[in-house]
Formats: sequence, C-alpha cells, structure tokens
Amino acid sequence: MHVESKLRKPLITGGKTLKDVSEDICKRVEEKPSLSWYAAMILSNITLVVGAYAVYRTLWDGIGMWGLNKTVMWAWDITNFVWWVGIGHAGTLISAILLLFRQRWRMAINRSAEAMTIFAVICAAMFPLLHMGRLWIGLIWVLPLPNTYGSLWVNFASPLLWDVFAITTYFSVSLVFWYIGLIPDFATIRDRAKKAGRKISAFIYGGLSFGWDGAAKTWSRYETVSLVLAGLATPLVLSVHTIVSMDFATSVIPGWHTTIFPPYFVAGAIFSGFAMVLTLLIITRKVYNLEDYITIKHLELMNIVIIVTGSIVGIAYLTELFMAWYSGVEYEQYAFYNRVTGPYWWAYWSMMTCNVISPQLFWFKKIRTNIVATFIISIIVNIGMWFERFVIIVTSLHRDFLPSSWAMFYPTIYDLGMYIFTFGLFFTAFLAFSKYFPVINMAEVKSILKHTGEKIKK
Amino acid sequence: MSDKGVKFVIGIYDDEDILLDAISSVRGKGVNIHEVYSPFPVHGIENRLGYKRSRLSIAAFCFGFLGTCLALTMMIGMMTIDWPMIIGGKDFLPLPVFIPVTFEMTVLLAAFGMVGTFLVVSDLKPWGKPKTFDLRSTDDKHVMAIEIEKNSMSETQLKKLLESNGASETNTKLMEE
Repeated sequence: MHVESKLRKPLITGGKTLKDVSEDICKRVEEKPSLSWYAAMILSNITLVVGAYAVYRTLWDGIGMWGLNKTVMWAWDITNFVWWVGIGHAGTLISAILLLFRQRWRMAINRSAEAMTIFAVICAAMFPLLHMGRLWIGLIWVLPLPNTYGSLWVNFASPLLWDVFAITTYFSVSLVFWYIGLIPDFATIRDRAKKAGRKISAFIYGGLSFGWDGAAKTWSRYETVSLVLAGLATPLVLSVHTIVSMDFATSVIPGWHTTIFPPYFVAGAIFSGFAMVLTLLIITRKVYNLEDYITIKHLELMNIVIIVTGSIVGIAYLTELFMAWYSGVEYEQYAFYNRVTGPYWWAYWSMMTCNVISPQLFWFKKIRTNIVATFIISIIVNIGMWFERFVIIVTSLHRDFLPSSWAMFYPTIYDLGMYIFTFGLFFTAFLAFSKYFPVINMAEVKSILKHTGEKIKK
Repeated sequence: MSDKGVKFVIGIYDDEDILLDAISSVRGKGVNIHEVYSPFPVHGIENRLGYKRSRLSIAAFCFGFLGTCLALTMMIGMMTIDWPMIIGGKDFLPLPVFIPVTFEMTVLLAAFGMVGTFLVVSDLKPWGKPKTFDLRSTDDKHVMAIEIEKNSMSETQLKKLLESNGASETNTKLMEE
C-alpha cells in the first residue's frame, strides 16, 4: 500500500470521488462542444487553409518560393522543424522519465502532453517532407529501399539519415505509448455510452477500446508494458534531439561544430516542450474547468523544470562564447562575435532575454504560482526558443568564409505561410483531441486518488 | 453448467484496500476466484491473486535484440558488402557510424514487438468483446467474479462470504461462453 506524508499538498483537490473523475473527464467527450471550442476550431481551420496555399506553391513551384539564397541555404524551414521537434520532447519526457522517477504529478498532465508531442512531431515532419517536392520520390530517397540506381543505398554515415530513423521511431513509439494509455479510458467512455444507450458512441469507443475489461491479469501486464515502454522511451527521447543537434555539430561550420550541442539541444528541447505544455494546459484547464486535477502545484512543478532546463540552456550559451574565445580559432571567434554584435544582434539578444532572463523569474514563488505570469513566460520561452534555432542556423551561415559570399536572409510570405500552416495543423489536431479524447488519464488519476486526494489528507 | 452459459457470483467492492483483504481471505477459504475487474491498476493485486510476474519484458528484450541484429545486418550489407564507399575517411565497416540507427531500430522493434505481444496475449483487438460483469467496473467499482461450478460452495454461501468480506453488493450473473 502506498503511504504518503500528510505534509505534501494533495494532487487532486475538490474532494473528488472515483465517480467524479469519470464524470468530469467524460462529460467533455459526451457533451456538445462549447461555442468557444467552435470558434477556436474555425480559427485553426482558417489558419490551416491559408497556410495550405504556401504549401501548394512550395510543392508546385519549388523551394525557390522561400527566401533562401546560395549562402543561407538553411533557414526558416529547419528553424521551424527543430522548434517543433523540440516542443515534441515534453510529452514523452513527462510520461516516460517521470514514470521512472515515480513522479505522481505527471498523471494529470501526461495525456495532453503526449498528444501535444505527437502533433508537434507531425508538424515538424512537414518541413523535411514538403521541401522534397515530389513526396513519393523523397520518401524512397530517405528509406533504405532497393532502387534502379544500382541499388544505390542511403548513406548511413549521415546524421540527416539518423534523424529520419530517430524521428520516425520517436513518433511511432510515442504514438503507441499514448494509445496504450488511452485504451482503459476509451473503455470507460464505451461503458458509459452503453449505460446511457448512446449506440454510435458505444460502437466507436468500443472499437477504440480493443475490448478492454479491466481484468487484474491485463492490468498487471499493462503495468509491465508501461514500465518497459518508459524505459525504452527515456533514452529514445534523449537520442532524438541529440541526433537533431548532430545535423549541425558534425559539419565544419564555425558556430555549429561544437561538442556541447547534444546536451545543449536536449535541455533546450525539454525547456521549450514544457513551455508549450504550460501554454496549452493553462487554457485547457480553464476552458474545461479542470482546476481540481491540474492544480497550481502542477504548474509550479512544471515551472521548476523550466528553471532547471532554462538555466542549463543559459550556461550552454555562455559556454559557447567562452569556448569560442578560448579555442583561439579566429573563424569560431568571429562567428560568435558576429552573432552577438552583427546584423542579427536583435535575434541574439531576443533569445538571451527570453530564454536566460525570463525563466529566472520563476525563482520567486509568487511568480511561479501565478497563472497569468506563468502563461506569459511560457509564451516568451516559446518565442525565445524559436529565436535560438534561428540564431544558430542563420547567423552561422550568412557570413560565409569569403566576404564576397556574405548575404542576409529575408523570409518570404511563403516561409511565413509554411509556419502558419503547421500552426493550423497543430491546433486543429489538438482541438479535435480535446473534444473526442479524454484529456486526462482517468485510470491513472483514479489510482492515486485515495492516497493523494484531498479527502485522505484531512 | 446450464445450456445458456456459465453462472458467476459477483461481488462489488468500493475500495481497493478492502478488495485486497477480501481477495486474501476469500482465497484463504479455498475459493477459486475467476478474475477481478478494476477501473484502475490496483497495486499488489497480482500477488494476492497469485499471478506470476508478466514475462513481457523478456519479449521486449528478444524483439529488441532482433532489431539490433536486423539493423546491423542491413547496414553492413548495404555499406560494406553491396556498395562499399569511403565516407569521411572512415573504413568500409564504420561501426561507430552505425550506432544511432542500430539504437533506434532496437527501440522500435522492442516497443512494437512487446506491445504486439501484449495485445495478442491479452486478446485485445479493435472491436474485441469485453467480459463485462458489471458496467461500473470501468467507472468506480471493483468487481470480483467467482465461477460457481468451479467451487464447492453454493451460490448463497459464496454471496455470504463476499458480503462478510466487505462487498457492498453481490449478484449472480450468467455469462455467455
């Protein structure tokens, strides 16, 4: 039996019973969506359609529609790609690493964080996929399939190919992890629909719940599966951004060629992922009245993760500057001097302000337990992390080795459109999820209700 | 056994700790419990029911090992045997270069293999038929099912036993084969 100190604050407030948990979460799936949900969905769909025009032009006319030039041949697309993949790190981190560390506060937030992960990775995948133009050929080029060129195989020595394997594996394992967790909750919705005589709902959720009946034997296997999946997903989540960072670090471009990249990118990814989880959950808990499940304590704990990872990111920025100076390599020194004081100084200093200074405000308990402040800082962090990738990518490229090839990068509306498209995709998917799926893992929350709920603490 | 199906006595429990004690004392009386259905994983229930530890982690290891072998075979076959090429000054068998893809393939196969095995052994599939003794067992109640035929006690004796062990409600349920 689990015993917990009475001094710890309850994880679920409002004196909830098991029945209340099913009721509060399933109600969202069973009721008609609110007007605000429709409004948000329509707005997301408009964003998606507007962005789709940029996708159409990119596919039809090619990536010449973007603002790339001979010097800056990687810019917005890869910035957005890395940004979205980074956001996609929080979900599996919450559900896998926090499971291994037995952090019970993960239970209220893991479902929506994992959903966010999956949608963010889909958005990220849009950039490498769409930039290939003819998708069907592009897919064959990145996969080790026999072809009519020899067979000429893919290059397994290339970090870009490692990335294909890492992201595909990460996406599919996260999806499976998420779905396995959803099965018992779908069964709850199915049985509620059966009881209420809603046939269509019972049929659909009956299919999705895979015939789950909650037998002790199945639960026992389920627990083993969750634990092993968490053990597998933990190194996986760390490997993904490590490999993304190697896309840069294995090249010889000053500003990219550093060994600090893997841990620095992983910390940044967790940092931005938690910021996005906070942004989404603060809205979700308000709109769906989930304040008793996602409490201030949850937000505070996430803010602490933000302080830790934000500080690691800050130290990484300073280490980069120090190493550039200490290395004595003039190209490296110039790359960083240019980053801080060159034409993109504003991007560098936006990054520094958003990522290094703003999360430090969470040292104050008043700020990290304040919802409005948390929401604002979470958005600032998201902006800062976008600038980080922009700074790393564009400022390292735009002043080439020969001053005659120096150039600036100016995005076109199609660069912007592609980014807008992924936002439309992300929010459409997340809104659909929040309507049709249980947004909180009911089974897990029920399992801790008795020992960490408010009643037992009295 | 009647023609229509199998008869069960079911006991409904509201609390997981009462349920755990009930399982021990019911089994102590020599009663064979068919299965217990819960809305959430109850810790320690498998020991009380006498279930062995799941061997799914062994399945995960085997599938993972298969993934390692497949990945290395594929990469060595393509880059060392079929079309050897010098890339970045490395030799024809650049093993460190193979580590990331080998790792990813290991994790991929381990995860999918284990989850696939889990679904098969637990008979979980789209539109699978759940064994529902009581619809509340996915909501807020724990349901203990005892098959009458397989026990020496009568229906009323079983019900009394469950009630004396904290069941909030007892019923008889006829389940199709």
